[in-house]
Amino acid sequence: MRPKFPFVMDCGLFTTSYQEDMAVLFSPAAKIKVAAIIAFFLVLPYFVSPYFISVVNLIAIAVIGALGLNILVGFTGQISIGHGAFMGVGAYTVGILTTKVGLSYWAALPLAGIMAAMVGAVFGIPSLRLKGLYLAIATLAAQVIIVYTIIHWTSLTNGSAGIVIDAPRLGSASMADDRNFYYFAMLLCLTAIVCTVNLFRSRVGRAFMAVRDRDLAAAVMGINLLKYKVMSFGLSAFYAGIAGALLAAYLRVITVENFTVEVSIQYLAMIIIGGLGSVMGSIYGAAFMTLLPIFLRSAADFFGSFLPNIAHFLLSMQTALFGLIIILFLIFEPEGLAKLWKDIKEYFRLWPFSY
Amino acid sequence: MFLQLLVTGLVVGSIYALVALGFVLIYKASDCINFAQGEFLLVGAYVALWVVTTQNVPFLPAVMLTLCLALALGALVERTVLRPFIGEPIISVIMATIGLASLMRGLTQLIWGTDTMIYPPVFPQEPIYLGEVVISQVYLWSFGLALLLLAIFSLFFKFTTTGIVMRAVADDQQAALSMGISVKKVFAITWAIAALVAAVGGILLGNINGVNSSLAHLGLKVLPVAILGGLDSIPGAILGGFIIGVLENLAGGYLDPIFGGGVKEVVPFVILVIILLVRPYGLFGKEVIERV
Repeated sequence: MRPKFPFVMDCGLFTTSYQEDMAVLFSPAAKIKVAAIIAFFLVLPYFVSPYFISVVNLIAIAVIGALGLNILVGFTGQISIGHGAFMGVGAYTVGILTTKVGLSYWAALPLAGIMAAMVGAVFGIPSLRLKGLYLAIATLAAQVIIVYTIIHWTSLTNGSAGIVIDAPRLGSASMADDRNFYYFAMLLCLTAIVCTVNLFRSRVGRAFMAVRDRDLAAAVMGINLLKYKVMSFGLSAFYAGIAGALLAAYLRVITVENFTVEVSIQYLAMIIIGGLGSVMGSIYGAAFMTLLPIFLRSAADFFGSFLPNIAHFLLSMQTALFGLIIILFLIFEPEGLAKLWKDIKEYFRLWPFSY
Repeated sequence: MFLQLLVTGLVVGSIYALVALGFVLIYKASDCINFAQGEFLLVGAYVALWVVTTQNVPFLPAVMLTLCLALALGALVERTVLRPFIGEPIISVIMATIGLASLMRGLTQLIWGTDTMIYPPVFPQEPIYLGEVVISQVYLWSFGLALLLLAIFSLFFKFTTTGIVMRAVADDQQAALSMGISVKKVFAITWAIAALVAAVGGILLGNINGVNSSLAHLGLKVLPVAILGGLDSIPGAILGGFIIGVLENLAGGYLDPIFGGGVKEVVPFVILVIILLVRPYGLFGKEVIERV
């Protein structure tokens, strides 16, 4: 590739070797952009309020979960309504290992992911025979059964009372501090993003996409369907488990309300609104769905001075609006925010000329 | 105790059968599952309650009015929400109905609040004794209604033109189109009928438990029923309803002391997983053979 002044827009992709063609960041401009974004997130907590940091923390956790679900739904084409329960498996694994077994959080964190992955893989086995609708219902059953187990296995999970864990500490830095947690969550989030981007440059990732596009054709081409479908379920649940473990460390109270079927649906909404089969889409969707209730609340506060009853309606409005947004996105922009953002960029790339 | 559990299971199962009927109707005609079925139930229950209590309309006319509104609502929902998804991937349709469920739940809460509302007593309160078995009359009514609706729908699909047209669409949309059948109209009719059936279920359930938004959870609970019977079989839905109703009551009665309660909630889903592994197309469902 010929050296280029980095601030000039690309007018095309010119690569002279396969290595360049396969590169994740294939232009100097992209490298600078990524470096700038990372730098921005590094210094961000020093310029904003603690409340803002806590919101970003929640978004980071949601991004990890949404990435996992997108691997399964968006890239492998297997529907799951049990993602919330897999997060719960991760969170409860951390809770049980740190309080009952006495492991440190840092040892429990990867184990939480592995535990969730195993549970996810088990519930992924029916996916060989079940397609579409039936699979969705099978994962819904997984959700109900896992939540039931959590509530009723009281000796292990404390039932509906939940588990309280200590904030993990790294040296002298306690994760109870929002800013410390921010760097921890951001690091994991960045790792998750890089891993996901790289996954789809590998054989496994391409096999996932082949399964999505036509699983019988993929099988004909020598892809072991059971292996890759179960692997996709496991991988997706691994991300969910890590996200759940992070949420556990962040909230420090693990209760089953955080992992209900509503949560599963919310994650599905994230990847639909963000964009199915898009890594960036998972990030946009997670941010959007986390910010939506916050915006609604501040809007309600604002209008509360004119309409005193509005706070009363907030929760119902949130539910209704949530449904409405999903429907509108599905009808008008099925490829989600990622596509919307791409369209905007495409428009301004050539603006003011039409082509 | 066994007999009591069995009879309770049968009558509860009849309500499941009613709700599952709505699922099956929609799946049969349009290959789409309606995750908002529970919310249709909720809307039916609320509307009837509202008409009865605030407008002082007697119960039967109120029910008739509710059923008409339910028909309109079903057709409206099909036209506005589901129509754009004809031919779209299955995940979009599933998410659209999930979104619809959320929208309808939110709106009903906005209008009627979240407190449980009670129907004025419509059915006689005193239970009926059959030997040593006790049944409340509401359950008997729902049992009878479920059987009646089953009969009506079986005849409807067999003898009326509309019913035959609906079966044609379910069998092959393109062939139906080429025969001059309006597939869109059939979808609208299907959704209207499904909403109607849900409203009947909602009114019955509202009479049993009172009305609040947890009524909508039944929509999810009935999924195993539809799967067990086979998603595209009407007799399957009815039989599935009875089987799940009986099994969950028996399991609840005998296993609750062992597992510490709540077995009833999870048993249908355990059955669901087993059926899906052994017979994914259910008891009477059509087995689809896939070819490359």
